[in-house]
Amino acid sequence: MPDSPLLIVENLVKHFPLNSSLLDLLLRREPDVVRAVDGVSFSLARGEVLAIVGESGCGKTTIARTLIGLEEETDGTILFGGQRIGTHERRLRAGLIPLEAGAVGTREQQTLPRMSLKHLRQHAQMIFQDPYESLNPRATIFEIVAEPLVVHGLLRKREERIARVKSALEDAGLRPAEDYFLRYPHELSGGQRQRVVIAGAMVLEPELLIADEPVSMLDVSIRAEILNLLKELQKKRGVGIVFITHDLGTVAYFADRLAVMYLGRIVESGPTAEVLRNPQHPYTKALLSVVPVPNPRLRRERIILQGETPNPLNLPGGCRFHPRCPVAVAACKQSDPAYIRVAEGHETACLLVQPA
Amino acid sequence: MNESWLLFKRSLSDFWRIFRRNRMGMTGAVLVLAAVMVAVIAPALSPYTPATVIRDEAGRGLTFAPPSVHGPLGTDDAGRDVWTQLVYGARISLTVGFMAGFIAMFVGSLLGILAGYFGGWLDNLLMRVTDVLLVIPDLPLMLVLVATLRQMELKVSPLTVLILVIGLLYWTSTARLVRSQVLSIKERQFVARARAIGAGHFHIIRKHILPQIMPLIVANTVLILSTAILIESGLAFLGLGDPTQPSWGTMLNFAFDRNAISNGAWWFYLPPGLAIVWVSLGCVLLGNVLEEMLNPRLMGHHLEGEARVVKTEAGRG
Ligand SMILES: Nc1ncnc2c1ncn2[C@@H]1O[C@H](COP(=O)(O)OP(=O)(O)OP(=O)(O)O)[C@@H](O)[C@H]1O
Ligand SMILES: [Mg+2]
Repeated sequence: MPDSPLLIVENLVKHFPLNSSLLDLLLRREPDVVRAVDGVSFSLARGEVLAIVGESGCGKTTIARTLIGLEEETDGTILFGGQRIGTHERRLRAGLIPLEAGAVGTREQQTLPRMSLKHLRQHAQMIFQDPYESLNPRATIFEIVAEPLVVHGLLRKREERIARVKSALEDAGLRPAEDYFLRYPHELSGGQRQRVVIAGAMVLEPELLIADEPVSMLDVSIRAEILNLLKELQKKRGVGIVFITHDLGTVAYFADRLAVMYLGRIVESGPTAEVLRNPQHPYTKALLSVVPVPNPRLRRERIILQGETPNPLNLPGGCRFHPRCPVAVAACKQSDPAYIRVAEGHETACLLVQPA
Repeated sequence: MNESWLLFKRSLSDFWRIFRRNRMGMTGAVLVLAAVMVAVIAPALSPYTPATVIRDEAGRGLTFAPPSVHGPLGTDDAGRDVWTQLVYGARISLTVGFMAGFIAMFVGSLLGILAGYFGGWLDNLLMRVTDVLLVIPDLPLMLVLVATLRQMELKVSPLTVLILVIGLLYWTSTARLVRSQVLSIKERQFVARARAIGAGHFHIIRKHILPQIMPLIVANTVLILSTAILIESGLAFLGLGDPTQPSWGTMLNFAFDRNAISNGAWWFYLPPGLAIVWVSLGCVLLGNVLEEMLNPRLMGHHLEGEARVVKTEAGRG
């Protein structure tokens, strides 16, 4: 299936139950949940870059962790290369949840071939936010980059392994690679560490890379370098990237498509240029208005959002953005808006937007 | 692999550079190593065996001879050479202490890792067991156990019983320490990364958890050794040692039994007592310094490089 999407996510839900108190148990109350991800759908073509943008706490990392199987999804379907993955699937198969109860995905999808987590992890890799924390301080750079090969039992010959690690490090811009083999993470700078992380992610030649704010912990001066590196790898290898960021500034140049998240939902998505040129959702407009623009003629009026981000524990009824929305009307308190198609591939969830 | 050996040598020499400057640690190391040396070369240090009875010209046993009359440390109530008993006793005391200490370290680390890493009912069970063991006073419990096992005429030597009882009851503090470390390490991002790569539990424990807690385990083991030696001495002093293979504790037991104190035979009871202090002091000094140097709170952090520098400066001052 060469032209089918690499990744399809349908109605992904991840709730974190809070520790229920004894009182809850006695009263048989449902424990409170943090609705970190609350019904997110998107797809990613092979070799495409999708940026997920949103402010802190909106559930970006949770999506990434669920995609790679570090968290068990509460509900929803994840298809990777046409195969169902995800831990919910495992419970379905074990008969813990009847097929229909999921209420997501068609019957056909539910009977699709399944992929094990281990298999998925050979083809999808994640880059974590903090390069200072994502490398084992007691492993050498060689061990770190070679680890995926070891775990998956690939390239068992020593020379082959060394050659692959060397080329991965050099592709990640660490040259000459041999100089890094026997060094430890604490001997490297933050940028170099993130390059090591990228080398480790690319060593298996994955089809999907999930990059969770890969540059936000780095010094501003080296952010561009790392982004360039990712872009270059994406072009050369045709790897699809889910690029998570809270910085709309980097998105324009990096991503093919853009999804704007607010409190566990995607509020607007579409081709990057289209969304940036013609934002529809008030939240997107507000985000865009505060991005520094080099061209003064393009400068817009700044929209400063009022109020705090609501707690994902206690979501407002109706449109979840209405308490902070500058243009909210009475209806916004009542109904949760559905997605409206604005242009080819451009959708938004706002009651005030007219369909195209 | 050749490279890993090189790296090991490098980290060892790094360690030695810092350790060398630490006076307390060096003192501890010298005390412990000296005791081990004495135990190893015991036969070369004395012309007798511990059982040889020293006789005077008339052929009578030379009992309670002070150091001025015979040898460096005189004789005991049966005319045996105290110095010989002391150096041979080092073998027994250290063997029992070290073996029991290593068993305790091994069991404690294994259970601590499993409980911390997997959590759940295993963790609950283990923690309840350690709670119970921590509450029961060690010495009386071991006393009862050793005495009972002795009565049962098992086909194992009394020393083995001693080793097993101490080793299998003394792992709780190690288990708790290791568990709490594992609990925090397993939440770190490099473990999440390993999981995201597809690594299994065994791989993660071996490659990501163990290397972080190994230094802690080493330091803790040295401390456990001193306790194990003290407990062995205590049990032997109370008469639960092996009389045919006297340790320092057994020597003390003999000395008190045979009224060494009322006979003024200080050379009989003072040397084994000092030897016990010598070794356990050495272990405690060494263990504390190791613990401080290898403290995981200072290590494995992205400030590791800096932390090391600071330590080196402190070591110089
Ligand atoms: N393990 C967890 N248990 C309970 N709540 C969690 C857990 N992980 C995340 N959350 C909550 O889910 C929400 C989304 O968190 P997430 O880390 O996905 O946000 P984010 O968009 O990545 O934010 P940031 O930009 O700060 O990284 C937050 O309210 C967070 O407190
Ligand atoms: Mg995040």
